[in-house]
Amino acid sequence: MKALPISFLARARIYSKRLTWQLVALLIMISIVLTGCRLRSRVGNATITIAGSTSVQPFIELLAEEYARSYPDRPAVNVQGGGSSAGGRAVLTEVAQIGMLSRQPEGPEQELTVIPVAYDALAVVVNPQNPISALSSNKIRAIFSGAVAQWSELDQTKGRIHIVSREEGSGTRAAFDSLIMANADVAARAIVQDSNGAVREIVAHDPHAIGYISLGLVNHRVKAIQVDKVQPTQANCRAGKYTLVRPFLFVVKEPLDAASQEFIDFVLSEYGQKLLAEHGLVAVNSNS
Amino acid sequence: MLDQEKWAETVLTVVGLSAVAILGLIILFIFKEGLPAFTQVGLWQFLTGTDWLPSKGKLGILPMIAGSFMVTAGALLIGLPLGLGCAIYLSEFATPRTAALLKPTIELLAGIPSVVFGFIGLTLIVPFIRVFFGGPGFSVLASSLVLGIMILPTMVSVSYDALRAVPLTYREGMLALGASEWQTVKMVVLPAARPGILAAAILAMGRAVGETMAVIMVAGNSAIVPGSVLDPVRTMTSNIALEMGYATGLHRQALFATGVVLFVIISVLNIVARAVVRRK
Repeated sequence: MKALPISFLARARIYSKRLTWQLVALLIMISIVLTGCRLRSRVGNATITIAGSTSVQPFIELLAEEYARSYPDRPAVNVQGGGSSAGGRAVLTEVAQIGMLSRQPEGPEQELTVIPVAYDALAVVVNPQNPISALSSNKIRAIFSGAVAQWSELDQTKGRIHIVSREEGSGTRAAFDSLIMANADVAARAIVQDSNGAVREIVAHDPHAIGYISLGLVNHRVKAIQVDKVQPTQANCRAGKYTLVRPFLFVVKEPLDAASQEFIDFVLSEYGQKLLAEHGLVAVNSNS
Repeated sequence: MLDQEKWAETVLTVVGLSAVAILGLIILFIFKEGLPAFTQVGLWQFLTGTDWLPSKGKLGILPMIAGSFMVTAGALLIGLPLGLGCAIYLSEFATPRTAALLKPTIELLAGIPSVVFGFIGLTLIVPFIRVFFGGPGFSVLASSLVLGIMILPTMVSVSYDALRAVPLTYREGMLALGASEWQTVKMVVLPAARPGILAAAILAMGRAVGETMAVIMVAGNSAIVPGSVLDPVRTMTSNIALEMGYATGLHRQALFATGVVLFVIISVLNIVARAVVRRK
């Protein structure tokens, strides 16, 4: 009755050495097959997956919720973070249909189709207790490169300047590097945080801190300063007066499926753009 | 009956091997992804370079190696005496009822997610250091304090078990000779439990080196070799976790290479520590 398992086991014992290797091989095969399945099921699935920049993520999440409310019959939109580079990689490997970038595409990402969905301004923020309310972009560069290390070099405030920056590779950091730092490096002693929220949190608590975050995320707990005498506001961005502006981009792989195209159309629609503007971004078509 | 025995053996063999296979696959993957960075940057340059600016092609992880060592040493400096003292108290001096109440409470610490420790550090320890000691608050000191508390449960429970494993007759013999309780602990119990206490320290160190989330929240993550305990610091694990989401190309490989270095350091520490334990 139980002849089969016994004989199997007998053989297993005899070939136990070989069995070990077969097991290892089997495990490797299973893991490869599982990875393959995952890729295929994502693309074949009815949901739209969007991944990428954590700067863009909260705004697109908001639009995805609104999209689900407005069009309950259409495929659900699943928004994930991970960062600009992860977003580009996800689209290239077809794990996601749409990637979100908060910087210009680089390397292999340049093969992808780029769709600007909004513009975001970078605000340089200090603690509300700090008397400084305006700095030139040269002064900001001097502060972040470490050339100016004490607040007393700028006004009567005492104390060492605590620079708060973002990690290498972050879209916000890349935008700040190209818009303000030019060829200079952000000082190595700068405190590095991995999100806009964390930077805002530090600046809100530390009277000696200075950092930079998305204009849309500035609130009463931090003070956005004038850069080159221009107040960071949506109106000034649209008028082209405030220059610390970066694009929020979608990247997609052609040919794009109809469901993803419908969501992109929604984001670019007058209503979608109006929602983004209400949350502090600057619309791509400046008439809305 | 017999074939059930064999079935159990086979199933358990498969389960046991799968754990080893997973470890093997992880090692294979990390090395495969990380080794190109060593050949491109140069092993020595990568290990001793003090500039970490991946966008400018500068990839030196000395600040992160130094950071990991300093933060771990600080955590052990705080966690080991506290943990050992607590274990000695629980095992030798506390009444059974107090011990029965305290031990589970300390073990509960192990169940608190690291992000919670990080948050407490961020909202309490960092501002405290900023106000009373100066500097930005995000520092080696803040990370060491948070990690020192996080390694307590490991330190306490493993060394407690080691102390309890010392036969009662040793203590009785010592006390019968007229030694005080503290003399008994110092001269008999601690030496007898030494391998177990060392094992506790090794486990605690492993926890401190590997912890990522809580450290990212309180360390400040500046890629510099800290000049004082009040300077911000970046550990190897933080370096990987902070930048992996955005990294591409050589930068990404360099992060995996950081993982390789971390893996080698942890393996060496473990082997050395185990050798020390075995030698007694």
